[in-house]
Order: sequence, then C-alpha cells, then structure tokens
Amino acid sequence: MCLGVPGRIVAVEGLLAQVDFWGVRREVRLDVVDEPVAEGDWVLNHVGFAIRRIPPEEVEATLALYDQILAAAEDDAMRQDVRGELAAARRKPGDG
Amino acid sequence: MAEPVALQFRDPARARALLEALARLTAHRSEGDPLAVMHVCGSHEQAIARFGLRAALPPTLRVIMGPGCPVCVTDAPEVDEAVALADAGLRVATYGDMLRVPGSARSLDDARASGARVEVVYGVAQAVAAAAAAPGEPYVFFASGFETTAVATAAVLLRDPPPNFFVLSAHKYIPPVMEIVAEMPETRVEGFLAAGHAAAITGWGVFEPFVARHGIPVVVGGFEPLDILAGFAALAELARAGEARVVNAFPRMVTREGNRRAQEQLWAVFEPAGGQWRGIARVPNGNLRLRAAFAARDARRRFADVLAGAAPPGCAPRADECRCGDILAGIAAPSDCALFGGPCTPAAPVGACMVSSEGACRIWHEYGGAPRIEVREAAP
Repeated sequence: MCLGVPGRIVAVEGLLAQVDFWGVRREVRLDVVDEPVAEGDWVLNHVGFAIRRIPPEEVEATLALYDQILAAAEDDAMRQDVRGELAAARRKPGDG
Repeated sequence: MAEPVALQFRDPARARALLEALARLTAHRSEGDPLAVMHVCGSHEQAIARFGLRAALPPTLRVIMGPGCPVCVTDAPEVDEAVALADAGLRVATYGDMLRVPGSARSLDDARASGARVEVVYGVAQAVAAAAAAPGEPYVFFASGFETTAVATAAVLLRDPPPNFFVLSAHKYIPPVMEIVAEMPETRVEGFLAAGHAAAITGWGVFEPFVARHGIPVVVGGFEPLDILAGFAALAELARAGEARVVNAFPRMVTREGNRRAQEQLWAVFEPAGGQWRGIARVPNGNLRLRAAFAARDARRRFADVLAGAAPPGCAPRADECRCGDILAGIAAPSDCALFGGPCTPAAPVGACMVSSEGACRIWHEYGGAPRIEVREAAP
C-alpha cells in the first residue's frame, strides 16, 4: 500500500483522467496531483489517485521496476500489489 | 515457501559498484557490530526480499524492517471498532489486507463469516460509489494506510461524498513513529531509509526536524533494486562521516517541499493525534484523526453509541506468543518468532505481520527472506 504505479494520461476531463497502464485504460482522479497534467504526461498513481506528475526524463527509470515485477509469476506478492493498485483505478463501464 | 529469487539488476555493473561501495563504507564495522539501518516501508521490504538484496549486502550492514506496514500497526482496538460497527449491521468497507487482521478477539473476516456486511475495496472512491448506490443505509469506510493513502481519503471527503458515507480512520503518520523507534535502546538504529512514495507527498524536508533532534541520518529511497542499494550506500556514507542530514536519493519522485496540493487536502481533513501502534507504543501525533469540521463524517462520533461497548473480552488464539510488535519495532526478525511458518502462515495467520502483503512475516514467508537472514545473523 505504499507503492504507487505509473501510467500515461490519454485524456483529461476535469478532475478525472483516462490513464493507460500497460495497455489497460482506467480512470484516475486528479484531485491531489502536484502539477497540472495533460494528455501524454506520465503520473504516479496510488489507490486511484494521481499523486505526482513524473518528469519525462525520469519515466524510463521509473518503469524499470514495474516491468520486472509484472514479468513475475502470477502469484508473486509484489505483482499482486501492483495489480491491486491498478484495480483501484476505476474501470469505465464497458472498458478494459 | 518460495525459492530465493536470483539477483537481477537492470544495470549489473552499477549494482556491483554500489555493493562494493557498501562493503567499503562499512569495512570499519564488523559482523558482530554491523551498521544498523532501518527502512519503514512494506514495499521496501518486498523489493529487498523479492530481489534477494539481503543476500548481496555485506555482513557489515544490517537492514531492519521497522513499522512500515500500515495494516500491521493498526491496533487491535481499532479493528474491534470496525468489527463492532459491522456486527451492529452497518456496511463496512476496507482494503483487502485489513480483512483478516486480528482484533482483540475477532477480525472483520470473522464478522463477515457470522453474517456481517463487510466489503473489500481497492480504493476509497469505490467505497464512495457503493455508498451512493445505496443512499438509505450508512456505509463505513475503515481507512488504513500512511499519509500517501490518507491523502485519497481526504480528497473524497473534500468532494462532498453522499451523506451516508462515513470514515473510521486508522490512518497513521510515519514521521512521528521514527522518533519513537529511534529512542528504543534495543533497536539501535543508525540510519533510516525513508519511503519514496510517502515522501513524494510530504517532501524530504519533513525529516529535517527529526535529524536535528536525533542526530541520525535519513535517506529517501526508491523501490527499484538499484534505488535501494543507492539509498543504503548514501546512508553508509553519512554514517561513516558522522554526518546527520537528509539526503534525497530518489529525486525523480521526491522534492524538498513535496506535493503541496496533497498536503493542503490532507491537513484540511486530518489532524495528528496520539495513538497506539500495534505492538510498538503510544505514538504522539502518530494517528490521523478527522478534524472537528468533518465530525459528521466521522464514524467514531456518529456511531459512538455502538462503539461504547466495542472492546470484546478474550484474546485471539496464540496471540500472546505472537512477536509482531517486536518485529515492527525492529527488535526481532520473523524467524525469531516460534510461530513463524509453523502455526502462523499466510493461510492461517496469527498476527498482523503475517496478514498483510507488506508485513515482514508474510514477505519472508513468500520470498524466503528468513533463511538468508538467519545465515547473516548467525554471528551476532
């Protein structure tokens, strides 16, 4: 519960953003993100809220950890935590 | 128990250089008197165990997990409150990890088994949506987590959730517990690795008063194996130089000021209050309590009559043998507990440290951290 997950914003609608997480689109709230964000920005998300805009030059290094974790076995605890974080971001009706 | 994971680094050459630096910077210490550093984050422990970092660290460095699992430090009477509300027929939602955390006698899972309406949510926004869908009945969100998670609870309370939505806060605030652990003579911590994503909210400046008071360095670190090694190397360097200051080893996520917007919302809704952390101590300012302005949302105030008789008699089976508190304080390792891996497993947990995916016992059980550490700590 203290590891956020990065995702890329595909659309912003007021305080909601559509965010792409490894090909899965979810809805994330922007109430507490530290900077204004726009389509194409990467954000760190925690329990369904964006908490930081990730500087573009830092995106690659940020993703490395998650690429390693998500490549792990289905029952890996860290992988399950990351998947739980993804589940916290709301699914739009009829969407992935 | 899983086989130890093979060491895998994004940049093996840099990992090797960091490990060599760690050995060099702690060479003046011995296996019997290693440099003791503590991290305070379940995700750090997960990454350390998962990527097998302890196996690679020099024996002159000892890495202790402190009270970094918010679910684990939730005190039994706080669980009792949630159980009492559920038993009284209210709908109670919480994060999945909280379900099986033992109260004085029962967990929320036990309450659910006896017919109470307990629901698991991944995020507070889901709890708000569920409350909105059933406007006629009170809906209580049993909120756990450190400041990073409390920010989300604060944000929904500031956005006018439905009137039947209430919060039972078990949110905790990390900086004050570092003060408590730093003063425990048994623990003897010489440096703290602070959690990067929590510090993304508070900023690394929040640790400066602590450093000034205790003369212990703090390094803010990320979660990637190289980030963690870099954090330890920075701590070792500060400790050897006798320099007590804050170093930000995770600049891609953390600034000195942190996320002001999140802080404003956090402190508009919550105020720090003293509270008991399971197995550790009463921590002044360690709990996050709803401010008076949010009294109408506070399940403790709204359902005070139900909670008045909340603490049930009795004690969970074998709870008296559980060493979760010592483990959270960094005094004991999971393998020091007689129950670990025997009577206490993730399938049948005795204590909170085995329940949460961020609990030291659960992590060691999953990733086989214990055997490695026993080897390292065989010569105290």
